[in-house]
Amino acid sequence: MIQDIPIQYFLIVSTTMFFIGVCGFIIRRNLITMLMAIELILNSVNINFLVFNKFLFPHQLQGHFFALIVVAIAAAEASVAIALFINIYRRFTNIEVENISEMKY
Amino acid sequence: MMNLQDFLTMRHELLLILVAVIVLIGEIFISDKSKHVIINLTIILFLLHTIVGFLPIQEGKLFGGMYQNDLFRATLKNILNIGVFIILLQSSAWIRKEENHGKISEYFILLLSTLVGMYFMISSGDFLMLYLGLELATIPIAALAAFDRHKNNSAEAGIKLILSSALSSGILLFGISMIYGTTGSVYFTEVAANFGKESLQILGFIFFVAGMGFKISLVPFHLWTADVYEGAPINVTSYLSVISKGAAVFIFTIVLYKVFGQIAEMWNILLYVLAVLTMTIGNLFAIRQNNMKRFLAFSSIAQAGFILLGIMGSNQAGVTSVVYFMLIYILTNLGAFGVVSAISNASGKEDMRDYNGLYKTNPKLSLLMTLALFSLAGIPPVAGFFGKFFLFTSVASLNDYKYYILVLIAVLNATISLFYYLRVVKAMFIDPSDNPIPYFKTDTHARIGLLICVFGVFLVGFVAAIYEAIYKFSSLI
Repeated sequence: MIQDIPIQYFLIVSTTMFFIGVCGFIIRRNLITMLMAIELILNSVNINFLVFNKFLFPHQLQGHFFALIVVAIAAAEASVAIALFINIYRRFTNIEVENISEMKY
Repeated sequence: MMNLQDFLTMRHELLLILVAVIVLIGEIFISDKSKHVIINLTIILFLLHTIVGFLPIQEGKLFGGMYQNDLFRATLKNILNIGVFIILLQSSAWIRKEENHGKISEYFILLLSTLVGMYFMISSGDFLMLYLGLELATIPIAALAAFDRHKNNSAEAGIKLILSSALSSGILLFGISMIYGTTGSVYFTEVAANFGKESLQILGFIFFVAGMGFKISLVPFHLWTADVYEGAPINVTSYLSVISKGAAVFIFTIVLYKVFGQIAEMWNILLYVLAVLTMTIGNLFAIRQNNMKRFLAFSSIAQAGFILLGIMGSNQAGVTSVVYFMLIYILTNLGAFGVVSAISNASGKEDMRDYNGLYKTNPKLSLLMTLALFSLAGIPPVAGFFGKFFLFTSVASLNDYKYYILVLIAVLNATISLFYYLRVVKAMFIDPSDNPIPYFKTDTHARIGLLICVFGVFLVGFVAAIYEAIYKFSSLI
């Protein structure tokens, strides 16, 4: 049963995922990988919502619905982002952030 | 039980969606040659929508409290409406150009759908609606920022905006998930009722502030602002710096007061630090900018720092000063952006040095720009002064010496800001130039937009009734 697993274990996984995502976003230099890092962050949020809902507030489904909507919006975000990446690829012929630096301080 | 009449509470949103759908249908049925009709169609429809927005609305909550509307929120929407109307007027010359042929209705639909998102964000009664509205307000703007597909800068601005906003909403969501985990609800009222001072709640709150800080471009989170503002087409830049920032400031204020009201003394410290950093760094970077869009970007960062002062007032006068300042800021900044976009459309020049000797060739535009910059700097006869004055009074009324120091820092920063605003004025009036931008005629739409800005800047400053009205509505927060 899922209830036999302590809630802390889930939270450790989700928090680790969140920070891996943030680190990946900062460290990785490829746009697609950066987008994947953002997906990691959003999925860690989903785990949080579902676990809190299941373990602490099982009589309501607010967390479940929140997670569903986060998934939907993440898809919308990814589709727009990839459209913009294709645009970048056409203009710069690659998608490494190092090369996309026409504007700087 | 809900009946059909209850949907009238959402009149603002429904009407705006209707406008967007009519534009969409127009795109199908209007032939390719006469696509320009869509510009005027949108402007007229939006004007009607703006006027109808001022009619009294039916207050109330919908969808079990996820959506709520009252006079205060309707006022915020009306303020945004005025700004968007001016932007629509200003963008007509740009969207009419040959390079944008076939993309006219695209621009308007994207713009209007982001505005729908901002409406829902302002009217949200729980974090789910807040998040949905925020995303609806952000994702289309990224497409708009990359609207000039043939320019490298524009494409770069688009990805910078989408990636940083996606990261920020991820951080915001992580905060919300912690708040949900500790309070058991995502509804504002229930969260506020169950909000104690547990560490996890404070951590969630800090994540929330970080996420919102990205949208308002407060200082540690401002790094995307200048690049996106520079790369995006100028009318999109003005939309970003005025409307989307305004909507984010409004919802930030509402959430701080309604949901996190119990830890007010805690977020006051947080905002204190953010305000000092935002004002100072925004100002210092603005000094060294030569590109007008970048310059206005940093000036808008600095202005966001001043707005935080009003939020810290933590009372009705504080909310009023924020809303009042935003109204003035929208009119003023759109005046400045209107001149910059008119010049950019006519000559393609966006550098401060190109403005040398502008007064000799285009005296009216120079005077307008001067007026707008004086208002941004807060020089007495124009409205900007009153806006800043009320912000400073609201925080000074907390009667603690540390807030007096904050006001002192803010006043010092206002003085520094005068330096860089006057640099533009000096370029226009004093600096000689061998080949200044030649005289050009601004198109009628942009001219009307600029006139609204000028009248607005004086009107809002001098007619006390506007302040009084906002004060009355602010009690409803």
